[in-house]
Parts: sequence; C-alpha cells; structure tokens
Amino acid sequence: MSMLIKGGRVIDPANKIDALLDILIEDNKISKVAKNIKAQASSIIDATGKIVAPGIIDMHVHLRQPGREDKETVATATAAAAKGGVTTVLAMPNTNPTMDCLESVELLKGIITKDARINVLICGAITRGRLGKELSDVAALKKSGVYAISDDGCSVDSDELMLKAFNEARQAGILTICHSEDKKLSGKGVINMGFNSTRLGLRGISNESEYKRVARDIELAEKAGAAVHIAHVSCRQSVEIIAKAKKRRVKLTCETAPHYFSLTEEELLGYDTNMKMNPPLRSCEDVAAIKQGLRDGTIDVVSSDHAPHTENEKDIEFERAEFGVTGLETELAVNITELIDSKLLDWSKLFEKMALNPAKILGLDRGSLSQGRPADIVIISADKEWAVKKNELISKSKNSAFLGRVLKGVVDYTICNGKIVQGCLLK
Amino acid sequence: MSWTKKDLLGLEYLTKEEIELILDTADSFKEVSTREIKKVPALRGKTAVNLFYEPSTRTRVSFEVAAKRLSADVINIATETSSVRKGETLIDTGRNIQALKADIIIMRHNCSGAANMLARALDISVVNAGDGWHEHPTQALLDIFTLKEKLGKIKGLNITIVGDIAHSRVARSNIWGLTKLGANVTVCAPEMLLPVAIEKTGAKTSSNIDEALKDADAVNVLRMQFERDEGAAFPEQLDYFKRFGITGERLARAKKDIIVMHPGPINRGIEMSSEVADGANSVILEQVTNGIAVRMAVLFLVSQAREIKT
Repeated sequence: MSMLIKGGRVIDPANKIDALLDILIEDNKISKVAKNIKAQASSIIDATGKIVAPGIIDMHVHLRQPGREDKETVATATAAAAKGGVTTVLAMPNTNPTMDCLESVELLKGIITKDARINVLICGAITRGRLGKELSDVAALKKSGVYAISDDGCSVDSDELMLKAFNEARQAGILTICHSEDKKLSGKGVINMGFNSTRLGLRGISNESEYKRVARDIELAEKAGAAVHIAHVSCRQSVEIIAKAKKRRVKLTCETAPHYFSLTEEELLGYDTNMKMNPPLRSCEDVAAIKQGLRDGTIDVVSSDHAPHTENEKDIEFERAEFGVTGLETELAVNITELIDSKLLDWSKLFEKMALNPAKILGLDRGSLSQGRPADIVIISADKEWAVKKNELISKSKNSAFLGRVLKGVVDYTICNGKIVQGCLLK
Repeated sequence: MSWTKKDLLGLEYLTKEEIELILDTADSFKEVSTREIKKVPALRGKTAVNLFYEPSTRTRVSFEVAAKRLSADVINIATETSSVRKGETLIDTGRNIQALKADIIIMRHNCSGAANMLARALDISVVNAGDGWHEHPTQALLDIFTLKEKLGKIKGLNITIVGDIAHSRVARSNIWGLTKLGANVTVCAPEMLLPVAIEKTGAKTSSNIDEALKDADAVNVLRMQFERDEGAAFPEQLDYFKRFGITGERLARAKKDIIVMHPGPINRGIEMSSEVADGANSVILEQVTNGIAVRMAVLFLVSQAREIKT
C-alpha cells in the first residue's frame, strides 16, 4: 500500500520546509518528500492549492471515558479529532476511575485499542484520585506507558508534595503538566475578576490565582530539576513569569488554548455558559499578552483543552453550569482565522505549536514529515470558510465557544499512521 | 416613544428614554391606588406568574398588588413546594408556565443572570424581581421615582448608596439608572464590600460615610446581610454600625433636607438607627407605596411590547 499526495504546499517546520512538494507514503510511513515524485502509488490525493502539514498533536484533551460516556467517548472524541485534523491526543487523567494506577491505565488502553481512530496517549495522575493528598506510583505509571503526569483540573496545593512529585517525575524521566491554580484565591469564582464580574454580579477569578501558582510550580520544578509544562496559560503575568524563567534555562514549556487569544471576557455579558471555562476568558490586555507570547515563542503549544459537557450541565444557571468548552473540531480553524489570517504566525510557526513542539515535549517520533516517521498528515483548504453549527459537530457534546461563528480553514483529509481517517478518496 | 422590550432584565440594558418612559407611566398609574375602587382593566385577561426562588415578601406582594390593580390574574409559585424541588430545571419550569399560556413571569432567583437566561429561552415576558447580585431593576426604579417625586429631578443630584455594594443587586441597578439620568452617584462601603472596578460604572467610591454624606441630596441605605456566607470578608456588626451606620448625629452634619431611603427590610441599629428610620427625612414607606405604581408601569409596558410584536 502506498499513497501519493501531489502538489500541495507542504509545511514541515522540523525540516524548515514551506514549498510546493509531493509526499510519498509507503508502509504507513513518510517515504519521500520531494518535487514531482514519479511513483506508482495505490492511491493519489491531489493537494493542489491546499496546505499539507504534520497531523495536529493536541496535548490537552478530556475524553471522558471511562466514567462519563454521556459526555464523550474515545470513539466520539477521536472521530471529532480526525475531523479537526488532529492525529494524536494526550488524554487527561480526570476520568472515573482516575488514571492513577496500572489497572486504570490498562482499562483505558483496552478501550483505545478497540475504539480510537487516531493516536491516543494517556496522561497519568500526579496524586491518587487527583486529591492532592498522596502521590501516585509515578515510576509504575511511567512503566505502564503514560506520557506525562498531571492533576489537571486541580493543582497540588502542598508545596512539599508537589516538590516530591517533581523529584519522582525527574527520576522516572516523565513530564509533569501543571494546572496552575490557587483555589484559595479563585474560590467559587466563575468568570474573570474585573469590571465584568462586577456588572454581572458573578464571583471573579483573579489573574493572581493563576500566575502565583505558575510561579510556584516553576520554582519547585526548577528546584527538583524536573521538566514542567504549564497548561492553559490565560493571563498576562503568567506569560511574563514563564518568559523570565525560560531565560534561566529551566526545563519549562507551556501551552495556551484557542479561546484565550480569540475571545475576551466581553463574551460573558449575555451569561452564555458556553463561554464558561477554567481558567476564564480574560481581558483584552491578557489576550494581547497571550498573542505576544505566541509570537515571541514564550508559548510553545496551542492545544484545545477539549472539555465536553452535556446540555443538561450547560443549559442551566450560569454559576451552576460546568466549566469547559469543546475544541477538537474547531481548534485548527480558529488558529487559522486568528493567527494566520492576522499574520501573527506563519504556517511553519503554527505547526510548530500544533505538532512539532508537542511531539518534542512528549518525546514522540511524530510532528514532522521526516523520512521514516509515521505518516500523520493533515490536508487543509485554508481559505474555505465554514460556520460552526451545533448539529454539525460530531463530538458527543456541543458546548463550543464558537457556535455561530464563521471560521476559515476546512480539513479535507486527515491521515493517521498512513490511513485516511477523515475525507474520502475520489475514485 | 413606545416600549419595545418584552422583558425587563436590568437597568443596564435600558436607555435614559426607556427609564423615563417607565417613570412617566408609573406617574399616571399612581393615582389608581388612591381611588375607592383600586383597579383599572389594563391587563384584564392576562396572567402574571410570580416565580420566586428566594424568600421574599415585600417584592412578591408588591408585584401581586400591582398586577391585581391592573386586573391581571396572578399565580404565585413557591419553589419550595413545586416540582423545582424534584429537580426540574429553570428553563423547563419556564416552558411549562409558558405552556399554561401565562403572559408574564416575575422571577426572583439567587443566581445572577437567571432572568437573562429565562428570557432568552421563552417568548413570554420575563420581569426580573432580583437575580443574585446582578440587578433588581424595579427596586431601583421605585427608588428613582421616589427621588424624582421628592426633588423634582434626577439630573445633577448627589446620591450616596451605603452598604454591602459588592453583593447588592439594588446598588447595581441604582447605579445604572441614576447615572443614566445624570445623577452623581457615590457608593460607600468598607473596602472589602466594594466590588472590583465599580468606578467604571461612573460611580465614585468612598469608605468614609461622613464624607460621602457631606453633599448628598439623598442616601440610599442598603440592608446588611450578616447571615451571608462570605467568611472573613465581612465586617463585625457593631463595628459596621459605628463606621457606617446612619444615625441622627451623622444626618445632622449632612444637608438639612437629605432624603433617607432603604429598600427594606431594615435592620434597626445595624445599618441605621430607629430615629433615622422613623424620622422626618425618611421616605421608606413612600418607597413601598411607589413600588406599586412602578411595577404596574413595568407590567403594563412589557405586555404591551409583546402585543405589538405578535
């Protein structure tokens, strides 16, 4: 079996390629990237006028399985991912059971083998039950094949325990991902703290509750000499703190999500629960700082923080509604619309943040189009517009912050491990 | 001008002209309550539903009296005894009331934004009778109506609002309404009870009640809810009265004719002394009377808007 992708604009930041080239896939691997490849392939994709890039690696996804199959399953999430051009996801551990031991990880692996349409990697929990009380067996988790540890949704409050976690993670050679939030400061807050929380009469979540914990997490990781990745950076001060720490050569990376640079707290003025997530949509100044951080490289990764919730959990009073928005189907288009169109990033930089950097951070042999790598590829009609409609989303949950918006960029094909998982070949 | 909104959710969402229209309409309805037969047929054949998720006597009764003086049929739903207790969602409850062919839902809810959400989900009118810390538009309208009645105008007046501004929907609605009509508003509270960036509404802030009273034409004294579960972020009762309580002594240093208002129920000896509550400057009971006229105006206008639309 072989496949030839002809005439597309190939973007491959790992090899500094941005040119009109063909790609030959043989044995599900990239076998050649060159001009006018003359080869007999069993299938041919005409990519003229399209962008051809490494498949997206989304480091922050809530699959909800096992435990909350009413919200999402491995099958539905990976179908949504394929539709959005995503070929690899890192599954967050806040499932039921929590991914804090070998048995749970094996349970999820079984489901993945059966149902996943793309690559699904598992993130283990830092503490048992993500309760912040007792460390998981980090070495055993690493052995079971998890790619990182995180208590996502929660932060480990105890400095002592967090330091211990970083030390164990360093010894095990595993990445720690931090949901940096001081709950003592964010409390029962539901939206960004500021004039809008005041006028809406809602409890606020201050920038302080995020950046103080970002600073602490970096400090402890540095002390332990461990690699740390800060999840969903949303505010100005966090970007500043991370930029400063990176100058000290700390083993530090971070991510933001599309909503943190494309939407502001002004979206909340109608109490739309699809705009409710944690951390919250921030002010214009914060959005500007996130964009600057993306441009200057302080922010390494854009991932979705795909967090599906049922309508029953969203179509209720604002302060009672769940935090979180979906993102797998919209992240690429939002990034094209917000980052490429505005010339904030070029295509190579975008795929650095959506594929190459996540691969490097997680230690994957993916994220590039180098010869011999698994053929994970996305083919995009970059100028094609589409409207985000609830009934056209295939994720089991419809809580997108972008409903009703017109976005640019349609995924024509997603190829994962050499197989087409999105799009149809013309016969 | 004519009224076009099917709902009344808050004064932030109204123009100066719309607020003035409500006040003018209230002015013409006020006389109804002085008649021997206190009833006009303006809403005959209409059904208003009081849907109260928070305990309230005065607001609920005031709306009920207002609706009845307009000849509407009124149904009271106490959520403690309804299917809400069985876990029905707010939107489902609203849709059921709509299916009963009611015309107006008057809702009090402990969550900010609940009225906005219900109004979006329904075709019938929703009147916000207080949602969380967000807005209590009819309270502010009756406060403004009373002020206008007493002082002849709103523009240029100095109005001080004192109390727990952070957790007060009455304060928010008053700030929006008064600033739109051109008053100078000062909010006065211990710093921990001033909400973030409140000055962006146009209101000035102060934590010194004597200063805030100095040039005030009126002071609106909010109820202090010491039963609120906000932990350490609350002052001690006695300390509060000492620093912010409205007493005869404090009033003596203010403008002679300063008007004293309170949305009720009063905590005597906590936010104001009895001598002030019952004194010559107090208009607290007139506020209650005016509340009926203002609510009659609101119920009349929102139901009129729906008729124009359909």
